[in-house]
Amino acid sequence: MPSTAGEVAASAAGRQLRGLPSRVLAFAHALRDAGVPVAVSDDLDALRAAAAVDLLSRRQLHEALAATMVKSAGHRVAFDTLFDVYFPPRVGDGADGQAPRDVGEFLAELAARARDGDDATLRRLASEAVASFGGVEGRDGGGPEYFSYRVFRAINLAGVARRALSEADADDAEPLSRRLLSDEVEHRLRTFREAVDAEIRRRQALRRGADEVARRLVRALPEDVDFFSVTADEQAEMRRAVRVLARRLASRLAVRRRNARRGRLDVRRTLRRSLATGGVPLDPAYRPRRVTRPELLLLCDVSGSVAAFARFTLLLCHALQGQGARVRSFAFVDTVDEVTDLFAEHDAGDALRRLSTDAAVVWLDGHSDYGHAFERFHAGWADAVTPRTTVLVLGDARNNYRATNAWVLADLRRRGRRLYWLNPEPSGSWGTGDSAVTEYARHCDAMVECRNLRQLAAFIETIA
Amino acid sequence: MTDRGTAFADPADVSTRLRAAGYLPDEAIATVAFLGDRLGKPVLVEGPAGVGKTELAKALATALGAELVRLQCYEGLDEAKALYEWNYQKQLLRIQAGAGRAWDETADDIFSREYLLTRPLLHAISSPTPTVLLVDEIDKVDFEFEALLLEVLSDFQVTVPELGTVSAVRRPYVVLTSNNTRELSEALKRRCLYLHMDYPDLEREREIVLARVPQVPAALADQLVRIVRSLRSLELRKPPAISETLDWAQALIELGYDAVDEGVARATLSVLLKHRGDLRTAGAHLTVPDRAAT
Repeated sequence: MPSTAGEVAASAAGRQLRGLPSRVLAFAHALRDAGVPVAVSDDLDALRAAAAVDLLSRRQLHEALAATMVKSAGHRVAFDTLFDVYFPPRVGDGADGQAPRDVGEFLAELAARARDGDDATLRRLASEAVASFGGVEGRDGGGPEYFSYRVFRAINLAGVARRALSEADADDAEPLSRRLLSDEVEHRLRTFREAVDAEIRRRQALRRGADEVARRLVRALPEDVDFFSVTADEQAEMRRAVRVLARRLASRLAVRRRNARRGRLDVRRTLRRSLATGGVPLDPAYRPRRVTRPELLLLCDVSGSVAAFARFTLLLCHALQGQGARVRSFAFVDTVDEVTDLFAEHDAGDALRRLSTDAAVVWLDGHSDYGHAFERFHAGWADAVTPRTTVLVLGDARNNYRATNAWVLADLRRRGRRLYWLNPEPSGSWGTGDSAVTEYARHCDAMVECRNLRQLAAFIETIA
Repeated sequence: MTDRGTAFADPADVSTRLRAAGYLPDEAIATVAFLGDRLGKPVLVEGPAGVGKTELAKALATALGAELVRLQCYEGLDEAKALYEWNYQKQLLRIQAGAGRAWDETADDIFSREYLLTRPLLHAISSPTPTVLLVDEIDKVDFEFEALLLEVLSDFQVTVPELGTVSAVRRPYVVLTSNNTRELSEALKRRCLYLHMDYPDLEREREIVLARVPQVPAALADQLVRIVRSLRSLELRKPPAISETLDWAQALIELGYDAVDEGVARATLSVLLKHRGDLRTAGAHLTVPDRAAT
């Protein structure tokens, strides 16, 4: 009965088409839940884009949706993760029905492929690994992390990397090619690890439905990650984001000056304009004020209690200095030292390491002493603060019950243009215990909670 | 004027034609470029310097057989430089030359097209032939100008008070590039398709090197791109861009090398890296494998 078969196929295709829009909308919904800003008009564009590309190519659909729904590189990771859940790759790898692999044999193959495998091979291995060691099908509960843990309990990636390198050593003794090989092995194993995570999500989505899995996946976007809980993976991303913010901060400070407009009369342009009105200068032109470089002075607490935050603030200093803004950076624990030169020369990581050896930031016992640090700063560098300087203090204001010397801040504020304090502590705990927030905040133009990049970005918007 | 462009049949077609124009796109680039044409939306390309954002617009112009109109943005760019300006000198001459004539006649005359200096935006809109409008480094302009651009890009028309409204005869294909020095407004982003362009993967970069510097033996190209990728994973002030990889390949060929070892790499790294600190970091990275096999 060819006609019936045809009808069945046609209605199946019809369902498919009706199914896609609702899938795209559910996907958009999940993206919004994850904090990615997707406007309603973006939904419509996404649907139009999906209709224009070849739906049989998953890659094309992926890029089409990304182009219409993602408007910032930082949101791409969240997008990719959720895309895998809502539009899982077809199972064509043949891993599903296969007998579980023997661990030893699998590790040997992985080590070999880590040296020369392409992405497709690594994905196939990842799906085999999940099938053999993950046990996703056997269990209902548990988040993706649990299954990922199970897989990597069986497969020790560091061990695989070592094995891959030592097996290669025999035929490659030259340091340069060894270095390249080790970089590539690392890269391939990272691909493998990501593929394993993606495969786990795919299997879970198959079992429990996409919406259910998506809800469990909501990981903080880079701008929402707490400075105190940054994982190694997130650190690189953070560093990139900080660089962008620094550039923005520098240019905002410059813009503010430019917008203080209406300088002196520009005779030449006024005359030229007056030609349009028969020589009557109806519309005078003004010379814009000269743009001066923003001046920023940073005072950073680098003590142990705010170590994670300090790493970030120092990154910020480093990035700001790279922006050509006129920045002077000072670091303190219980005394203060200038670290501008340290940052001018080295890359960020280097500078952080050298900070402990080259800068004299510890005077007595290595516990924060804001009072003493401020006093020393005032004695040594008070005249660095001019009417054009914006002073940023970064720290938690936990002073170990020592003298606060808040008069220094009052004086700096009088000398400078603005004085802001960025505090990494949640505002709820300000002023409790040894926190000297209340005393210091009185002398600041603003004391702002700054625990993540979003708050930092918001702060930058307000000052400029 | 049509909303749905049909210049390209599908992403594969885009890819083939860009390749013919000397640009090797990956699938993401081809898909977004295709959608830009099909949906009639501007394409906003963001990414680090030197990954081929501007090149893409040029190649698209070649592939479409269109004229490339480029608007290079900078701080302080205004309407007079981007849209149109009256040619005052010429108008003045005209007024003086026709001193005896009635004013109405003269006024009609001096506010005609003949005295209008079209700048890139107006030029792209009023051109009867296919055009690719490249707005380069949009992140450099002020917010005011971004708003103006928004208006032009959504309606594809410009109003000149003395002349009336000029609507696009053919919608230009619009490409905007940004180095991300500031966040662009949501409104602008919403009107565009977003394409994040990153450094190419190994295979694509190798292909690019082979296509652009054909004298390079395949083995050398392979080695070059592997080294460059290794360097990009470092924390550098200015990671090497594609153009620098190409310069390096060219330099090695000129110097007569057909393989790179440690010494050669260290001697020629300055082609690739432009900061003293970066050179030091890279030198250390390439010579001492920190995780020597145990």
